Amino acid sequence: MKETLYSLDIGDFERLLTVIQSHFELYGPTVRDSAVVYEKVETTRDLPQGWVDDQAPGRYRLEKTDSPLFFGHVVGPQSWKKYLFPAREQLWSVKKESAQVKRSANPQKPMAFLGVRSCELAAIEVQDKVFSHGTQPDAFYHRRRNDLFIVAVNCTTSSRNCFCTSMNSGPKCNGNFDLALTEVLDGAIHRIVVEVKSKRAQDLIAPLHLKTPSPAEIAAAQHAVEENAKTMARSFSTEGLKESLQNSPDHPRWNKIAERCLDCANCTMVCPTCFCSSTVDTTDLTGDNAERWRQWDSCFNLEFSYIHGGEIRKSTASRYRQWLTHKLANWWDQFGTSGCVGCGRCISWCPVGIDLTEEATAIQEGQE
Amino acid sequence: MDKSPHEWMTPTFVPILQVRPESSDTFSIELESEHFPSPGQFNMLYVFGVGEVPISVSRAKASRYIHTIRSVGAVTQALRKLKTGDLVGVRGPFGRGWPIEKAKGRDLLILAGGIGLAPLRPILDEAARNIEQFKNVTLLYGARKPSDCLFKEDWENWERAGINILATVDATETNWNRSVGVVTKLIPKVKFDPANAISFVCGPEIMMLFCVEALNNQGMEEHNIYLSMERNMKCAVGYCGHCQFGVDFICKQGPVFPYPALKSRLKVREI
Ligand SMILES: Cc1cc2nc3c(=O)[nH]c(=O)nc-3n(C[C@H](O)[C@H](O)[C@H](O)COP(=O)(O)OP(=O)(O)OC[C@H]3O[C@@H](n4cnc5c(N)ncnc54)[C@H](O)[C@@H]3O)c2cc1C
Ligand code: SF4
Ligand code: SF4
Repeated sequence: MKETLYSLDIGDFERLLTVIQSHFELYGPTVRDSAVVYEKVETTRDLPQGWVDDQAPGRYRLEKTDSPLFFGHVVGPQSWKKYLFPAREQLWSVKKESAQVKRSANPQKPMAFLGVRSCELAAIEVQDKVFSHGTQPDAFYHRRRNDLFIVAVNCTTSSRNCFCTSMNSGPKCNGNFDLALTEVLDGAIHRIVVEVKSKRAQDLIAPLHLKTPSPAEIAAAQHAVEENAKTMARSFSTEGLKESLQNSPDHPRWNKIAERCLDCANCTMVCPTCFCSSTVDTTDLTGDNAERWRQWDSCFNLEFSYIHGGEIRKSTASRYRQWLTHKLANWWDQFGTSGCVGCGRCISWCPVGIDLTEEATAIQEGQE
Repeated sequence: MDKSPHEWMTPTFVPILQVRPESSDTFSIELESEHFPSPGQFNMLYVFGVGEVPISVSRAKASRYIHTIRSVGAVTQALRKLKTGDLVGVRGPFGRGWPIEKAKGRDLLILAGGIGLAPLRPILDEAARNIEQFKNVTLLYGARKPSDCLFKEDWENWERAGINILATVDATETNWNRSVGVVTKLIPKVKFDPANAISFVCGPEIMMLFCVEALNNQGMEEHNIYLSMERNMKCAVGYCGHCQFGVDFICKQGPVFPYPALKSRLKVREI
């Protein structure tokens, strides 16, 4: 489909959210407990208008400004995987008496995500591959994914931990989305330029009779994203990195990192591509009904690699090595893509500020 | 197996047809089945409310198969408490097994340690049934003590069919007229043509490594040696991430691998 552009004022934007909600359950960014998180949103008032984030290794701070921008922040501690691949979900239940297994279906209204950044589009694409590569596609994931409506946002700002330009994942949205928004500010005039990518998005917004943007608005939107790309603070060279990591299991740097790493697993929880899970089998108090749940797990947990006789990865060094090597190297062999999209979450949310780009570079360069 | 996608995570409950003790800590259960797993494949066995574990198929017959289980922890102990008629949840069969076709027309060396004999029994059954399709077939088996040796009642059949059995134990008891010591010491005693031989190995990782070295010393080429790997497994269909061994998901690309595919990683600690 040929891309079509529109220009929205705040009233139009409000009506856009309404029309989306007539077909989808809408989720978007909102401020909770001093962080931008993804929750159900209904109106533009739920969005983090004016909030900006200050991120650095081990640091995430929100600040309220008088900017009218709805998307002046970047990524927070949560990612969209919380909806596509929930932290905990029931797979099935069974009654002892009948031994009839009931598969969990949780029928739900199709979801729409508002404010998906380009790195997050890339992360969703990565998880699409992950959850298709097994013996069979993972039906729990794909059931939610298939109907998903995506309203992306082109980032016009980035944090000190963002490195999407290095990972070819942004800041301009190129992946699979239905609509992509770019906020432009010209003095006091705040408009949103919308790119329509899908037929269903075109049909959805048709009743809104949106305005065509002026050439100046289009140019301003493009410029804002390009400027952001040019000024992105962090860069990360991945050339030859896969081989370096795979050939360096005994590098002394792993032990060095282990002196700082707390094994807290934060990095894997916030990462939008990490997919490891565990199953938990439970019974109710009567013992007559059993359930199986699937919940996020992490390669930083000691029990993760447990087999009878002891855990395989006992040392922190081996667990960090597993994480980083998987993410930046083995992922290529397994799924034909990097496991890192450059969102910087693991850097911001590591309590001791371990920076994967720094560690990977050190290993590649042979630094101790 | 023809199942719709998320049925892969859903067990089917089947009754235990027979329970059989094999040694002080090991037992077998026989289950009804619509599937005919290939040798070396495994199932996920679920005990109501307790949990689920990967267990190899230790014998497959028409419409039924046997699992042989060493009880070591929560789930395997719960399995041990089950009786004939009790239900077990089954998912599977999963994984890639032993490349038996490659063994035909060649000398076949089967090396097993302890419970490692379970996933190899279907190979021994097959070799005994069609011994003329193979050259020399030898089983080298190591166990802790004579009473821990599994499937003793099969040994006679296998030997009668022409399979050469060399067994060894760590510590002897009475009535043991075979070897004492580690299984690798038996390897030089086997006559085989290194240019036309293949070996299937299953046991603790360290034992498998020593076997590879000893086989190598006897001229067996690395690409003719196959090992069955073990890692924690939660889903068995490639999604939970637990069984990763470097780039491989053991549940999917394995559990049986040609040694060269594992070589660079087997020597890495804690991988
Ligand atoms: C492909 C494959 C085939 C196997 N075939 C057999 C077999 O034929 N007979 C047999 O006796 N054993 C076999 N095992 C080992 C068996 O799965 C473990 O002994 C069993 O999981 C122990 O579980 P538990 O709950 O009794 O022990 P616990 O020590 O209580 O273990 C707790 C949990 O850790 C995990 N776990 C522990 N040990 C292992 C392990 N070795 N492998 C994978 N997950 C583990 C399981 O999820 C288990 O429930 C096989 C393992 C694999 C990977
Ligand atoms: S590894 Fe870190 S920077 Fe890369 S995608 Fe995951 S959380 Fe983002
Ligand atoms: S790298 Fe940081 S976030 Fe990850 S486990 Fe270690 S301390 Fe936690």
